[in-house]
Amino acid sequence: MTATLTREQERLRWRSRRGLLEMDLILQRFLDQHLTRLTETEVRAYDALLQLPDNDFLDLAMGRKGPDDAELLPVLEKIRQS
Amino acid sequence: MALSRQIFDTVIVGGGGSGLRAALQLAEAGHHVAVFSKVFPTRSHTVAAQGGIGASLGNMQEDHWLWHMYDTIKGSDYLGDQDAIEFMCRKAAEVVYELEHFGMPFDRNPDGTIYQRPFGGHSQNFGERPVQRACAAADRTGHAMLHTLYQRNVRAHCQFFVEWMALDLIRDYEGVVVGIVALEMETGEVVIFQAKSTILATGGAGRIYHSSTNAFINTGDGLGMAARAGVPLEDMEFWQFHPTGVAGAGVLITEGVRGEGGILLNSEGERFMERYAPTMKDLASRDVVSRGIDQEIKEGRGVGPEKDHVLLKLDHLGAEVINKRLPGIREIALKFANVDPIREPIPVVPTCHYQMGGIPTNYYGQVVAPRGALGSSEVIPGLYAIGECACVSVHGANRLGTNSLLDLLVFGKSAGDHLCQWLKSNPQHRDLPHDAADRSMERLSRLDSAQSGENITEVAQAMRRTVQHHAGVFRTGPLLREGVEKIREVAQRARNTAIKDKSRVFNTARIEALELENLVIVAEATLVAAEARTESRGAQAREDFKDRDDKNWLKHSLWYLEGSRLDYKPVNLQPLTVESFEPKVRVY
Repeated sequence: MTATLTREQERLRWRSRRGLLEMDLILQRFLDQHLTRLTETEVRAYDALLQLPDNDFLDLAMGRKGPDDAELLPVLEKIRQS
Repeated sequence: MALSRQIFDTVIVGGGGSGLRAALQLAEAGHHVAVFSKVFPTRSHTVAAQGGIGASLGNMQEDHWLWHMYDTIKGSDYLGDQDAIEFMCRKAAEVVYELEHFGMPFDRNPDGTIYQRPFGGHSQNFGERPVQRACAAADRTGHAMLHTLYQRNVRAHCQFFVEWMALDLIRDYEGVVVGIVALEMETGEVVIFQAKSTILATGGAGRIYHSSTNAFINTGDGLGMAARAGVPLEDMEFWQFHPTGVAGAGVLITEGVRGEGGILLNSEGERFMERYAPTMKDLASRDVVSRGIDQEIKEGRGVGPEKDHVLLKLDHLGAEVINKRLPGIREIALKFANVDPIREPIPVVPTCHYQMGGIPTNYYGQVVAPRGALGSSEVIPGLYAIGECACVSVHGANRLGTNSLLDLLVFGKSAGDHLCQWLKSNPQHRDLPHDAADRSMERLSRLDSAQSGENITEVAQAMRRTVQHHAGVFRTGPLLREGVEKIREVAQRARNTAIKDKSRVFNTARIEALELENLVIVAEATLVAAEARTESRGAQAREDFKDRDDKNWLKHSLWYLEGSRLDYKPVNLQPLTVESFEPKVRVY
């Protein structure tokens, strides 16, 4: 990642540090591709996903489950495809 | 610049299983406790533990703590301290029942008792037959444990400092630890936390390896803090490996894949395990398979542009078998190796999983270091260490499965209990030394002022490559000696890093530079201790010294940052109440 990040983006990057290696790897790829281009709505959705326990987040990211809240789906799709 | 200061009875660095268990013991006794964590506590790496908690409850078959003790000592290849192992195995049932009482959702038997799973190395009657000893909460044992302990701590008014990074210990002129210096990530503010006692509970440092199952947060911060404060690191040559992690990622591929018929191939397409284990082949024990793979790589038969992994082939099993019996594995391969195992083999490599060594402690969690002649250990007043960052030593040269979660609970509680007593006889805060924050401020000001220097990502990569190649599973004298030289060059580069972003607010590059300083300390300790130990024991397998050497090496190594020198102390072969388990040849 070469572009200079805003403080808000730095904060998201740190919160993407997780207890499970799988989530670290998945979110690292997602951030490398999308972090500097996230819209405000997407940031809000991503923030909500970051609040989840690691195991639940992993189930969503691997596509084993769908999100309860449909508004999370667009960002989740980007995470799944990263 | 005067730093602000806060005062607590006890500060705990690390919010994983051991830190939370210790905090609970102290907070429920009414002490003023602060827990520091880089991430939200329930996202600590304890969450990754699935296997269970070993305890001889005897709910499935007859079991006894003495049998658990035997399995642990044998597993440790006789390097474990038998006083601490007896202490842990005898306390196991108590800490599991307490956790049950706190609301932990353990799996149950029809009669309502805790269900116990079978696990490798757990035996009845000193190795006679397997016993079911692992207490689990489905495949989310670590996760359930963290949530249970966290909720209980909140109720006990434990104070959490989340997204704070501890930088250094503060020791006064008599060597007593009187608190820590810590950095708040959101503001970049540095604060002195004065305390009567400090507990390090920062977990393992598996990120020193290129291939590691550890989460990115496992950077050995407590080990770096201890080493910089003059505390030695014990038995750092011993790291547990899993034979098959996805190359370049570290996510594990279970042995079940080889159980179903998956085979390992080198760059020549040869099924090389036939040479290392003619009978068991790809199904040989973990250490044999790990060593086979690593030897193939070291001898130039690795796969890929860097020739740094081998292939796990399962396409011959057919799509039906793979989809039916190994769906999770296909999912992992697709996601983390970008291959579909129905058509292509999975790149795999031996992967670091667990750190047996750490900060030397006794079974109360007090940090101990030798003073004077070999064998006389003295307590460092005010300092405790627990969990994976500590070396008590219950795991010795090799950890028995399910003893890691048990370790967190037993020694977390033990440190908390001991501190409740200790705080009664040490009710006053000691004065802070004048130079309390100097070391931390120097580290930060170097980073803040450096206009040019080494790139953090590159130095970290060089460190991980060096440790993986030179201190992996397959070790030889020349390989290790070269590794020591290389890691010292890396350590020099790590002292010379520069970051472009000079902001104080959520500056993750700054945090990563500080983490790298800790990692490099652990990496150097690992290589130096491994090079010096001219024997094979547990997780240390030397090709040039294939046997265990009890005459010369039944001792713990101690590495000091100052001068990168080694010292040794004897293994405690004397349990608390029972007869000693004398070293025997280890066969399973």
